[in-house]
Amino acid sequence: MTQIDSKIPQGPLAEKWKNYKDHQKLVNPANKRRLDVIVVGTGLAGASAAASLAEMGFNVLNFCIQDSPRRAHSIAAQGGINAAKNYQNDGDSVYRLFYDTIKGGDYRAREANVYRLAEVSNNIIDQCVAQGVPFAREYGGLLDNRSFGGAQVSRTFYARGQTGQQLLLGAYSALSRQIGLNKVKMYTRHEMLDVVKVDGRARGIIARNLITGKIERFSAHAVVVATGGYVNTFFLSTNAMASNGSAAWQCYKKGAYFANPCMVQIHPTCVPVHGDYQSKLTLMSESLRNDGRIWVPKKLEDAKALQAGTKKGKDIPEADRDYYLERRYPAFGNLVPRDVASRAAKERCDAGFGVNNTGLAVFLDFSDAINRLGKEVVKQKYGNLFDMYEEITDDDPYETPMMIYPALHYSMGGLWVDYELMTSIPGLFAIGEANFSDHGANRLGASALMQGLADGYFVLPYTIQNYLSDQIQVPRFSTDLPEFAEAEKALQARIEKLMSIKGKESVDSIHKKLGHIMWEHIGMARDAKGLEEAIQMLKDLKKEFWTNVRIPGQSNDQNIELEKALRLADFIEIGTLMAHDALDRAESCGGHFRTEHQTEEGEALRHDDKFMYVSCWEYQGEDKDPVMLKEPLNYEFVVPQTRNYKK
Amino acid sequence: MDKDINITLKVWRQKGPKEKGQFETYQLQNINQGTSFLEMLDILNEQLINEGKEPVVFDHDCREGICGMCSLYVNGHPHGPATGATTCQLYMRRFHDGETITIEPWRSAGFPVIRDLMVDRYAYDKIIQAGGFVSVNTGGVPDANATAIPKADADLAMDAAACIGCGACAAACKNGSAMLFVSAKVSQLALLPQGKIEAARRAKAMVAKMDELGFGNCTNTRACEMECPKNISVSNIARLNREFISAKLKD
Amino acid sequence: MWLLNSSIGKKLIMSVSGLFLVLFLLFHLSMNVAAAFSGEAYNMICSLLGANWYAVAATLVLAAGVVIHFLYAVILTLQNRKARGNDRYAINARPKGVEWASQNMLVLGIIIILFMVLHFSQFWYKMMFAELMGNHMVTLCDGTTTVSPQDGAAFINYYFQGNILNTVLYLVWYAALWFHLTHGFWSAIQTIGWNNTIWMNRWICISKIVATVICAVFAIITIVFYLNGVGGGLVACPGL
Repeated sequence: MTQIDSKIPQGPLAEKWKNYKDHQKLVNPANKRRLDVIVVGTGLAGASAAASLAEMGFNVLNFCIQDSPRRAHSIAAQGGINAAKNYQNDGDSVYRLFYDTIKGGDYRAREANVYRLAEVSNNIIDQCVAQGVPFAREYGGLLDNRSFGGAQVSRTFYARGQTGQQLLLGAYSALSRQIGLNKVKMYTRHEMLDVVKVDGRARGIIARNLITGKIERFSAHAVVVATGGYVNTFFLSTNAMASNGSAAWQCYKKGAYFANPCMVQIHPTCVPVHGDYQSKLTLMSESLRNDGRIWVPKKLEDAKALQAGTKKGKDIPEADRDYYLERRYPAFGNLVPRDVASRAAKERCDAGFGVNNTGLAVFLDFSDAINRLGKEVVKQKYGNLFDMYEEITDDDPYETPMMIYPALHYSMGGLWVDYELMTSIPGLFAIGEANFSDHGANRLGASALMQGLADGYFVLPYTIQNYLSDQIQVPRFSTDLPEFAEAEKALQARIEKLMSIKGKESVDSIHKKLGHIMWEHIGMARDAKGLEEAIQMLKDLKKEFWTNVRIPGQSNDQNIELEKALRLADFIEIGTLMAHDALDRAESCGGHFRTEHQTEEGEALRHDDKFMYVSCWEYQGEDKDPVMLKEPLNYEFVVPQTRNYKK
Repeated sequence: MDKDINITLKVWRQKGPKEKGQFETYQLQNINQGTSFLEMLDILNEQLINEGKEPVVFDHDCREGICGMCSLYVNGHPHGPATGATTCQLYMRRFHDGETITIEPWRSAGFPVIRDLMVDRYAYDKIIQAGGFVSVNTGGVPDANATAIPKADADLAMDAAACIGCGACAAACKNGSAMLFVSAKVSQLALLPQGKIEAARRAKAMVAKMDELGFGNCTNTRACEMECPKNISVSNIARLNREFISAKLKD
Repeated sequence: MWLLNSSIGKKLIMSVSGLFLVLFLLFHLSMNVAAAFSGEAYNMICSLLGANWYAVAATLVLAAGVVIHFLYAVILTLQNRKARGNDRYAINARPKGVEWASQNMLVLGIIIILFMVLHFSQFWYKMMFAELMGNHMVTLCDGTTTVSPQDGAAFINYYFQGNILNTVLYLVWYAALWFHLTHGFWSAIQTIGWNNTIWMNRWICISKIVATVICAVFAIITIVFYLNGVGGGLVACPGL
């Protein structure tokens, strides 16, 4: 059996990254010019990596599917970014941030990676401020912090409710500078659909020009995938419409391991689903939980009245309200981590206490905050979120409590990478949400931005040199090599096959079916029977897709339905792999909850003796079951404990 | 309460940048008013696909008002009749039963139509590439709290930085001017000490690029400000003018 | 040269020339106020602004101001139309908060210029220009009245006193000017960059006050002339 080498450097935890940097191989400036790097994606990770690599002197080719690199979905992150600055003098430190992240991830992440993340978190804030990111400040002119989802210190930096946007625009401006200097060649509206290997190493990609429909080849000495997560498998999620897992999935099909695919995060505070026509779910910032109190009625008859619309939230007297998070988790209350909050909401709704017409919503109530702080203060803090909520639901949150429900939000799983962020294909790197590395089984709030930028600004630009240092003698590749021709031909054949189906169902209608299977069987609560059923259902759905999808238009032209069909074909397979992984992992941890494995109180029950590993799935060929390899997680520095948010 | 309504859509259809476009009329039945405007277009496209026709092409992505991708000119307004909202944040309860809704692409020489309602806004990226940044490389920067910045300045910079680059300003402007977009970026960086250092150079480079790309001249009608989904103020344009004129006078 | 090449430079030319013309309007206004009080005083100013080198120089500068302002209006408008693109919107709705005047400055400007032609043919051509040509007496439109080009008061009386058509035409002119100024004044300030969020509404307010003062005083004086002719003393202007 293949041994998985995660290349963790030797030495004490706090010195590993330093040791690595002290001893890694570098590429001298004159040679950097001779090396090409492809970066796919322009989110926080992709844009920051492309900019940093170009600043160092590499030739960078950067790709995105949107019309501009500024639109990547990192932009939608609202709440903030963590860093261990301890500016608030509340006892924060690199170790504490590391520890919280490891614990928050339910002890399924690598210690060394997470420690490095916590270490470089401080550099990120410095870098962003130098770029002109307008973080919130105190009257004294210094940076403001807030506490965020599950943290006991105030370490979250923020820019109103638009932190992701501001950080992305910072990275985008650095990237734009390099594009202006001709150091980065930017390809917008291009979608990566395959990775090309030459002699076992990643040497290029095949991309489809979304405007002309032309298939184009690009070669480089290394390929970096920063294409985000795959939770749009569920159809309804907080991800952008075009967010997809295809680039990562094609890497998997070319031999890169896919790690922990079942680990997806369900965010507790989203606007509930309100109809079949719904195309996506809107996140309401987690910061709302700082002042809002979550409740459902205590009495079932009140819940029934709410569902029937005969009562409103404010009609339920205080004594009849069940603030279930405060009840179950007195120490953290409404601020428990996302997975805990989401599951608790589901538990209440499954028990019949849901508060909207579908019975799938709980209240997030600001009346206490309004009484305590005054409407003006609440308006200042959350006004834009309240306005957004009112526009969507036609309900005024100042008057009636908001309704929220969990929704798919983030994928902790992704392409397996070693300490250098390289996948199991030499020369193929994965950064940001596209890799699996730092969040374990659950991601803490305000950590995604941190990880994306850590990978892009401060980790990959170093580690990629260790790989590229022996590539300086390798001349530029021609895209006429047979490997490129072959990959293009295969893609062309796949596209023609899709176009020739001429079936009866639109891509979206099949995607909705996929979403339904995912949500029911591979969603917030999973069990072996359901997962086995799901694998069969997905097999059928795959067949249905490949025999009955209808794609109008031409393949060699702009074709929005073909774009979606190519993504959906991969989503169905990703969903299947998620089911396999969820079935294998017979324990509950973080975002992965197996109903067979819970404590008497309904909390997640980990089995550290059996599942202290990263599951690394290896592709075996079309319609063959994938094979799982294990990367053991050796906790040298932290003793895994049961997460307890009760006290 | 949200009702189901019937509507008539007049949608601009255009095969390519060089081809002639025209309006097509479509009927939609029983659209719930709780549907978002873009979901309504999804329903239209589903209907078209089921009829074997090609769906309407339009830009959209995050559908929560932040990515700046959506760009529809609805009933005479960029992003439609709501204020301070993008097209994707528009809901059908803004429309009534039997209403005819006209949907056009952004129309500005700087934003050529790609297909139907999708336009090419890369010109905005080119303007940023000309100078919309602080020239710092990764690493080697001072501690984030080394320079204190007055809260008022940071807040003003944030107001300007809220721009999502959607292009509604140029689309709303009868002069096809990109001044609001350019001024928002120039202002954000000019207000912060980090960006102040190359403020003059930035203002000159970005205005030169904007002019070169054929955007029009600002005549202060304020249509951009009124239609901006992020309520960017035209006082930024005054600041840009100030920065630009004083930079040129110093030369 | 950035003033001529850049969009902001060209706008600055519009702005400065426009503000210069506003200053001239204020000067002209003060002359008219003088006329309303005393025909003699007015004539004194008229003779002062006759064929003197400084008056001629000032006139040339003024003319240059008008020409530049108009020329750049045309240049900018043509550029702006091009920037707008060939396809026009099928539906145009003026957003709330956008002043009508701001979108119709060129049209308002052309109206103002057309009236200027009338005004010049009535006054300037027969006064300053005639004097420059060395004419010591000019004949007015009716073909019989002859006056000295320095006797401005006589011109005013001739054109306005009891002349309803001319008076109304002038009032229409002031209306166009009012609209033009309400936008033009603050827009000029904005273009120079002397504006921010706090001053925005103040400048717009000041702009309206400037426009209203200029146009209202012109209008009142015109009506006074229509009713009473130029003033011979305080009694001549009951309206003020």
